[in-house]
Amino acid sequence: MQNSRKAKLTPVVSLRGASLAFGKRTLWEGLDLDINPGEFFAVLGPNGSGKTTFLKVLLGLQELSSGTAVLAGRPVERGSRGIGYVPQQKSFDPDTPLRARDLVGLGVDGHRWGLRLGTAKVNRRIDELLDLVGAADYARVPVGQLSGGEQQRLRVAQALATDPKVLLCDEPLLSLDLQHQQAVSALINKQCHDQDSAVVFVTHEINPIMDYVDRVLYLAGGRFRVGPPEEVMTTEVLSDLYGSHVEVINANGRLIVVGLPDATTHHHEDAHAVAGEMG
Amino acid sequence: MDLDSLLNSIFNFENYGELVALVQNSLWAGAVLGLLGGLIGTFVMKRDLAFAVHGISELSFAGAAFALLIGADIVLGSLVGSVLAALLLGLLGVRARDKNSIIGVIMPFGLGLGILFLSLYEGRAANKFGLLTGQIVSVGTVQLQVLAIAAVVVMIALVAIWRPLTFASVDPDVASARGVPVRALAIGFMLLLGVSVALSIQIVGALLVLALLITPAAAAMRVTSSPRLVVMLSVAFAMTATVGGILLALGGRIPISPYVTTLSFLIYVVCRVVGGIRAKRGINGRVLRSAAVPAA
Repeated sequence: MQNSRKAKLTPVVSLRGASLAFGKRTLWEGLDLDINPGEFFAVLGPNGSGKTTFLKVLLGLQELSSGTAVLAGRPVERGSRGIGYVPQQKSFDPDTPLRARDLVGLGVDGHRWGLRLGTAKVNRRIDELLDLVGAADYARVPVGQLSGGEQQRLRVAQALATDPKVLLCDEPLLSLDLQHQQAVSALINKQCHDQDSAVVFVTHEINPIMDYVDRVLYLAGGRFRVGPPEEVMTTEVLSDLYGSHVEVINANGRLIVVGLPDATTHHHEDAHAVAGEMG
Repeated sequence: MDLDSLLNSIFNFENYGELVALVQNSLWAGAVLGLLGGLIGTFVMKRDLAFAVHGISELSFAGAAFALLIGADIVLGSLVGSVLAALLLGLLGVRARDKNSIIGVIMPFGLGLGILFLSLYEGRAANKFGLLTGQIVSVGTVQLQVLAIAAVVVMIALVAIWRPLTFASVDPDVASARGVPVRALAIGFMLLLGVSVALSIQIVGALLVLALLITPAAAAMRVTSSPRLVVMLSVAFAMTATVGGILLALGGRIPISPYVTTLSFLIYVVCRVVGGIRAKRGINGRVLRSAAVPAA
């Protein structure tokens, strides 16, 4: 669909021969990867497979054991303005002296030294961002009193403050209910299309973003596979990655993975849950 | 002692005008400390460091007691004690759980050391007591100057790191992703906190530091979530408590600290009540468009 256009663009994220190991444990090695502007790129895998570490590499918070990582034409560095970061939802203390608009404001100029001086300009920018994610109605509500879904909308606004070329999302849908999962992922996808930002979306659950994903990086057992979801999320590929038989079932557009060896940490760990979803 | 003379020793406003002139230095000192305490207190609350302040003040007390014993400068002694404690906490206590256990270990040790030094000290008993409960009446001009200069330096440093420190305090993960030096700021802030504690101890004593560094900010946070308003209220509350406490204490013959702590506490109670009423009425700044349409 958009591939012809994308082919002409220079990639925003480029990894060459990238490896990451802690001591003797190798998370992944020999990773060559280009992520293009406007691409929705999902990073999947069981817990401990190095998904979050992959994000940390792009954020410049984790050095590669070998290989190179380039972001927006420059080697990855801490605090790059080319990156917007959407974290997991976390609960704020109800007393936290921070309203919705202040949380977004931190994304605009929170990293700068001193006090905020050009208040009017910053406020205009905050209002723009709040409108963009549909959060204007609760702009003045303390963050500790917002729902998880509302908070994650603000996180998207906060991450978009610098007009980033890449939106890095670290399990942003975790602990949200289905309705909010859909709303927040649609919001992230909108940014991907409207602004031609690349989205790198770390998740252990592909279904909420299934409609948006262009390509998948699946990490498991020290190995990985990259490709469109229909090529990676198959019984053959996942069985090969995990080194044991894993069944991928397509139930009305929802992918259900059965028989993961890393059973205790995966969403669809037991047969009951799977049976429940299929029924 | 009958009630009349008891009241007389707490409140007595004869010759008030002359007395105020006499304690001008103390009033200024109270105002400066109120300003400093109100500012730094907002970060103490955001970073959940109330317990740490207590730990730092005990070690600061030990330092001051040691200085008293060996005849060194008390201010210097308490400064060394509190800065050491603050840096130790900053370096060791990265995680909240660690932090609390480390403070729990340091605090009784500091207090014990302080008591040891005080019992070895053979000078005036008032000096001993003052370290714990404050001695704001006797602020000399030189002392006031030192206090003011130190406070201004701390405040300038605090203003310089204000935004990234706020980011790192309330939202550390995202701050770190945005390249804010979260760890360095944590240690830097502990340093500023250590100095502030040492300054406050000179005036309100080791046991009452919390009334200056925590209560006003905690009270402000009960009534507003606007970061700017929290700072302004916190400063106003702290200055009201210190300056008001000194003015009330003038007539009586008991130390100033009970007045300061009581004022501070009353302000907190009022703020809690106001905050509670607002929460009950559901006033939190949300714009309700229509009852029929649920918020997305």
